[in-house]
Amino acid sequence: MFEQFFPNGMLHYLAGGLLIGAGVSFIFLMTGLVSGTSTFFSSAWSYFSTLPFFRQKSFLESRQWRLAFALGLALGGFAFLLTLGNGQAASTGVQWWRLLAGGALAGFGARMAGGCTSGHGICGLSSLQLPSLAAVITFLTTAIITAHAVQLAGVLP
Amino acid sequence: MRTAQLLAVLIGGALFGFGLAWSTMIQPEVVLDFLQFEDSGLLLVLGGAVLVTLCAYLLIPKLMNKPLLGKEFHKHPNTFSKNTIVGSALFGVGWGLAGVCPGPVFAGIGAGNWMLLISGAAMFLGAYAHGRYVSR
Repeated sequence: MFEQFFPNGMLHYLAGGLLIGAGVSFIFLMTGLVSGTSTFFSSAWSYFSTLPFFRQKSFLESRQWRLAFALGLALGGFAFLLTLGNGQAASTGVQWWRLLAGGALAGFGARMAGGCTSGHGICGLSSLQLPSLAAVITFLTTAIITAHAVQLAGVLP
Repeated sequence: MRTAQLLAVLIGGALFGFGLAWSTMIQPEVVLDFLQFEDSGLLLVLGGAVLVTLCAYLLIPKLMNKPLLGKEFHKHPNTFSKNTIVGSALFGVGWGLAGVCPGPVFAGIGAGNWMLLISGAAMFLGAYAHGRYVSR
C-alpha cells in the first residue's frame, strides 16, 4: 500500500537514514558534541576574516572539529563511490543558477536560523527541541512552495 | 581539541556522508522529487536518522557520565526568536531552489558530483553575507 509513495523503493532511503543517525550518535558517544553541519561555514570564515562576528569564541573553539566533520562527510561520499556506488560518480542536471542562488540563500538562511536540515532537523528534533520543530515546519513549507513554483514556471530541472 | 576526538568526528562524519550518498540525497533531483510530492523517500531518511539519534541522545547520557573521549555531553539548546522563522523560511526557499542542503553538498562532492561545488561556494558566500548582516 506504500509503494505508490516510493516509486524508487524504500530500503536505500531507510538504510541511509539509519547510517546518518549512526554517524551523529557515534560523534555524541565519543565526544559529546552535537553535530550540525551549517555552522561549519561561519566557523570556517574565522580562518580568513577579521570581522569580529567570525572571531567569536564559539567559532574559534569549534572550527577544528567542524572542519573534520565536513571532511568526514566528503570522505563518506567518496567511500560510497568506491563501494556501493560502483565507481559511478553522482551527477545532477539541475541548472547552475539554481545551485548558485539556492546555495547562497540556504547558506544565509541556515546561519540566521541557527541550523539547517541536520542541526535543526536531525539533532534538534532528536533532542526534542520546539524551536527546531518550528524551524523544520517552516523550511519544509517554503521549500515545497518554492519547488512547486519553479516547476510550474517550466524550469526542468 | 585532541587528535582522537577529531578522528572520532571524522569517522562519524564519514558514516553520515556514506548514508547521505546511499540514500541518494546527494542528487538534487531526488530532493526536488520529494518537495514536488513525487517520491516520499526523504521522510524515511529523516525518520531513520532521527529514530537512531533520538535513542542515542536519550540513552547514552543515562548510561554514561561522560563521553568516551570528552568531558561532557553537550546540550546545545536552541533558542527561539524571529530569526529562527525568518532564517528557516529563507533556507527553505534556497533548499527548494537548489535541491541541496549543507550536508549533501560535502558528501556529494566526495562522491564526484562536481556541480555541487557551485552550491558549496554559494553557501560559504551566504554565510559571509550573514556575518556582515548581523555586524551592520
